[in-house]
Amino acid sequence: MGQQISRRTFLKGGIVSAAGLAASSIPAAAAVTEPDQKTQLATLLDISKCIGCGACVEACQETNSHKYPEPQKPFPQMFPDRAKVSDWSDKQDVTERLTPYNWLFIQHASVKINGEETELTIPRRCMHCVNPPCVKLCPWGAAKQLENGISRIDPDICLGGSKCNAVCPWDIPQRQTGVGLYLDILPNFAGNGVMFKCDRCYDQIEAGQLPACIEACPEDVQTIGPRPEIIKKAHKLAKEINGYIYGETENGGTNTIYVSPVPFEELDKAIEKGKGKPHLAGVSDQMADANNLAAAMVIAPLAGIAAAARKIYNYTQKSDKMKERV
Amino acid sequence: MKAAAVSLTDSKRENRAMRYMYVLTVFFMALTGFGQMPIYKRYYLSDIPGFGWLANFWTTRYVHYVGAALLLGIVAYMIVQYIALNRRQYKVSVTGYLRGILLLGIVLTGILFVIKNFPVIVFSPEFIIALNLSHLGLVMTFLLVNLYCLIFKKRWTNVR
Repeated sequence: MGQQISRRTFLKGGIVSAAGLAASSIPAAAAVTEPDQKTQLATLLDISKCIGCGACVEACQETNSHKYPEPQKPFPQMFPDRAKVSDWSDKQDVTERLTPYNWLFIQHASVKINGEETELTIPRRCMHCVNPPCVKLCPWGAAKQLENGISRIDPDICLGGSKCNAVCPWDIPQRQTGVGLYLDILPNFAGNGVMFKCDRCYDQIEAGQLPACIEACPEDVQTIGPRPEIIKKAHKLAKEINGYIYGETENGGTNTIYVSPVPFEELDKAIEKGKGKPHLAGVSDQMADANNLAAAMVIAPLAGIAAAARKIYNYTQKSDKMKERV
Repeated sequence: MKAAAVSLTDSKRENRAMRYMYVLTVFFMALTGFGQMPIYKRYYLSDIPGFGWLANFWTTRYVHYVGAALLLGIVAYMIVQYIALNRRQYKVSVTGYLRGILLLGIVLTGILFVIKNFPVIVFSPEFIIALNLSHLGLVMTFLLVNLYCLIFKKRWTNVR
């Protein structure tokens, strides 16, 4: 462990895996497959390197197409009709936003660097939060967080209620109607399909390989490794280019760390935002507010016991006085 | 005698206030607990004036946590009071035991939920699914038993 893995360095050390060696015998691959239990794997994206070629988008689609939904049509009639059909099956070639069939897209931003108008391109996908609201607040347990920090949605369990999308600060999970478990339960009254998003190629990682977007990138934009080391590397890079970091503290910390030569406030203003097009604004720790109440849950029973003790004391005092008077 | 009469009235008043607080807390816990599923918006319940907040998962979660703290305080108060003051006069009824066990199950599974929601706590997906179903199942059983007790006037305790 103890090292970050770029595509090139992974190939140098990890190509051996192709020869059939066990992943555990390769230091780099081992870092990917068996991260420290206490650390999660994070990716570092150096925005200044990205040329917006789209190789990562293509690789993502090629690698993950077997996970894409194959909805049954016609869709069940929804009741009440407030629940709208979300159908992307006829728009599978859309690549300019996140959809159930496109888990990674390139955002464009025209910004000024040293007074010169520059076009920056930013690969966008799930941030894989350290404490992911989509996973923690999924009412069925369909969204899961793996020990290596990957958040993924189980298409066999998800009912498509879209709560994960509602609580995601970046509007990442996208719904496809007409597929999944809800069809076997009460398709007209509950559920509405399955939510889809980047699973950071969890199956590739299990097999000791890199996520497709990292593997395919010709510019080595992305690096993957244990989160503390990726954070260190992000700070080093930011210092070198006099740049800025996004994802380290947003929503309490994520496992997708961006380093940009321009402030993220500027990038956020410059990118096109909307449904399936996540922002780059600051995000406070969404889970923290209620989590901070856990202390109150420890104190509350003690307060209850104290209140009861006061009542018992008053009662016995008054009983004693009554006895004295009698 | 006057002192004893005052004491009894105060005690009754306090017990009544606690009971109202308990019923209100259980009501809001159930309301916000079901609100963890995406149903209120879909079924227009959050369109009812004053209920719009039920469509906000962050608000319902926060209220649920506040309710959990209140419930723990009330339950601790009730248990200590029963053991110290009422045990000799009253015994826990069958439905009282049943509700107590169900409430204990709800509290225990709820505590596990609170732990799960902290960062870097990774329970297995199978365990989380079991936790979701058992918490929901216990709550629904608890509410049904309470409905039965309300209809048939069953109390938590009976006179010995």
